[in-house]
Amino acid sequence: MAGEKQSTRERMKGKSPKFTIPKEELMDVGHVGCQGCGGCHTMRYILKALGKNTILSIPACCWAVMPTVLPFSNMKVPMLYTAFEVTGASISGIRAALDVRGRTDVNVVGFAGDGGTVDIGIQSLSGCVERGHNVFYIMYDNEAYMNTGIQRSGSTPRGAWTTTTQVGSTEDWKREPKKNIVEIMVAHRIPYACTASVAYPEDLVKKLRKGLEINGPKFYHVLAPCPTGWRYPPEKTIEYAKMATDACAFPIYEVEYGKYTINKKPAKKVAMKDYLMAQGRFRHLPDKEIAAIQSEIDYNWDLLLKKEEWTKDIKTPQ
Amino acid sequence: MAKEKKETRGRGDWKTYADMPPGPISMKSTRGVSLTGGWRTVKPVIHLDECIKCMTCWKFCPDVSIVVRKDGYPRVDYVYCKGCGICANECPKECIEMVLEDTPVTEEPEGEAVAEGKEA
Amino acid sequence: MARKVMTGNSATAYGALVSGVEVVSAYPITPQTTVVEKIAEFVSDGSFKGKYICVESEHSALASCISASQTGVRTFTATSSQGLLLMHEMVHWAANTRSPVGLVNVNRAVGPPWSIWADHTDAIAQRDTGALNIFVESAQEILDMVIQGYKVCEDPDVLLPFIINADAFFLSHTFEPVDVPDAKKVQEWLGKYEAPYPLDPDDPHGYGSLTFPHQWYMELRYNIKRAMDRSAELIPKVSKEFAKLFGRDHGGNVEEYRTKDAEVALVAMGTMVSTARDVVDKMRDEGHKVGLVKVRSFRPFPQKELRDIAERIPVLGVADRCYTYGQEGPLSTEARAAVYTLKDRPVIKNYVIGVGGRDIHVNVLRKVFLDIEKVKEKGLDKESVWVGLKRPPDEPPEVM
Repeated sequence: MAGEKQSTRERMKGKSPKFTIPKEELMDVGHVGCQGCGGCHTMRYILKALGKNTILSIPACCWAVMPTVLPFSNMKVPMLYTAFEVTGASISGIRAALDVRGRTDVNVVGFAGDGGTVDIGIQSLSGCVERGHNVFYIMYDNEAYMNTGIQRSGSTPRGAWTTTTQVGSTEDWKREPKKNIVEIMVAHRIPYACTASVAYPEDLVKKLRKGLEINGPKFYHVLAPCPTGWRYPPEKTIEYAKMATDACAFPIYEVEYGKYTINKKPAKKVAMKDYLMAQGRFRHLPDKEIAAIQSEIDYNWDLLLKKEEWTKDIKTPQ
Repeated sequence: MAKEKKETRGRGDWKTYADMPPGPISMKSTRGVSLTGGWRTVKPVIHLDECIKCMTCWKFCPDVSIVVRKDGYPRVDYVYCKGCGICANECPKECIEMVLEDTPVTEEPEGEAVAEGKEA
Repeated sequence: MARKVMTGNSATAYGALVSGVEVVSAYPITPQTTVVEKIAEFVSDGSFKGKYICVESEHSALASCISASQTGVRTFTATSSQGLLLMHEMVHWAANTRSPVGLVNVNRAVGPPWSIWADHTDAIAQRDTGALNIFVESAQEILDMVIQGYKVCEDPDVLLPFIINADAFFLSHTFEPVDVPDAKKVQEWLGKYEAPYPLDPDDPHGYGSLTFPHQWYMELRYNIKRAMDRSAELIPKVSKEFAKLFGRDHGGNVEEYRTKDAEVALVAMGTMVSTARDVVDKMRDEGHKVGLVKVRSFRPFPQKELRDIAERIPVLGVADRCYTYGQEGPLSTEARAAVYTLKDRPVIKNYVIGVGGRDIHVNVLRKVFLDIEKVKEKGLDKESVWVGLKRPPDEPPEVM
């Protein structure tokens, strides 16, 4: 092409925008999530993937207050609030009721935080998955009981400060590693379980669309960084979600009836030290602890790579 | 599931116990009521000269506060934008600037309409 | 209509079946187990056309029933003692979401120590939840009240969960002839359950959001009060309608037996009422002017009916099959409160009897009646006594 280079403005004239995820918004403005809240991203993306024909069951969690108060709501799908521990039971009941009346086309989604899933909600989740109901379970993981003020949960990673694992002179940060809920789901012989992240909405949408083709329980562990609880400036939510995957602290993978596929292999691995020090909740960690955490993360990543290798050619039962 | 006779209790404005639905049911939208734009201390300004209409800002806005104009460019909905700054942080062309809330900003008028972008 | 010999638990299962229940979600616990087993039998032979969820706990049982009810279907569950207590959070939740879930509770003592026998503690512990609490004395009555429960509670001005209480073993495992009404006729009378705002993607709403002190919590609770008051009006009405259609009238909120010219009466709930009837008949033959008041509806409490009875009968003995520590038997407390506003209050004596399933023998009840007569003659000695307790030899027996 001869002549001087076209300006961006001229190039874009008349061009249509590119959408890599569905356009329809089923979540409206006016919700009171914190600035930069990863939980907001999660809800927005899952509704885009699943569409209008969806019923949500939400226990006590940040999303229980984000649509604001009676009589208002920002949601364009039915949203049933339940008690804290019952998401698995609730979606089982909704599914049964819909099926009895012939509405097998409606998507039933349990949308819960990490505490309400891996701790208090684990019994009802286990029961639901064991019974094999055709439901979606989305766990948006901000890695603590954020709604009640940043208390530790089973999903809080090792090393984190929380209000119930305060650092102080006794160095009482959380010592235990993060509960691996996807592995727990795999042990239930779930047809589909995966991790996903708000940093990769296309991947999440693709996985949810895959779930629409599966008749059975589907579990999605979505990393949803929380600026308030992780102690970082709100504009970094997506950046740090990416960093979590690049550091292998939160690998993105899926398990289809026991067959492992890692969806994102970091081109350039980020050191755990960089990931941890970016967040205020880890800034107290001494080098020794960071090294121990790095070794744990390396082990988990290695194990995951091996699982992908071992199950590469597995034939799932008919 | 649609009934011939639709329940009406609670559909109007609630003023007393007699106006309410039987259970704690929300029927009104937050739009127009919960004006979260008041939370901001900084706000995004999209400089359209460098914008490539990639919709990354629209995609990553947690508050559904970036909408698509008829000419295909993104627009910030300042009534609801909380000023989190994710759009500015993620823009691949770095053409979104976070400015102080009281900075006067004039939005560029919409250009010619383009074909609606196809969705994935 | 079929007439079969069956246990109370079977009758419970038949009640749910003919009522056209659409989702059953339950967990086994002695002595309710044969309820869930019978329903499973109905699933296996194809007679139950709904969905049966074998949940992993009672809490999940009622939670899934509530969510199913909010989706807009008729739901049912059954449990006992520990299970009902585990569900307790959800009993509140069912009332507060205005879900007309049907629950049959086989009254069983609460542990420790483990006891599987009849006791009303489990049911009474639900009295503040906003659920209806009905006590029955026969397998037939369980079946009929499951049906009537749906009729009352699915009324658009009620929409509350109901608990039908049936004493462990005396009802759950004892056989009696039961008429099973025709399912089609029952379901025609009940109609299909239509929730006011079912979960429906075509009409989306939020259910259960946060609300502040200044609005609307108090109003929502007041509406539950109105709903419960409405149910008190409906229970006797529905009973009469049922009698017209199916030929059996178990009574309204209370049922009086030979109280017309009674000088004293025993107020009681559950299976001890059946025993008391025999005792009343025998004592009447001997010339005692005794009567019996069966409280069927503990919630809503029959305040009007009791005031009416108290105006006619000056001395009442109130029997409780459990106890509220620090107060007295709960039925007695409620009875005293109901009659408090009367100008001439009756004398009320509380008899705590049959706790933990201890047998309530005809001789024991006879002694209770004689004691009530003594109260009429000599005045009230003690407000609340425990009957049939194994006492130290130096302690005088209360009644026995």
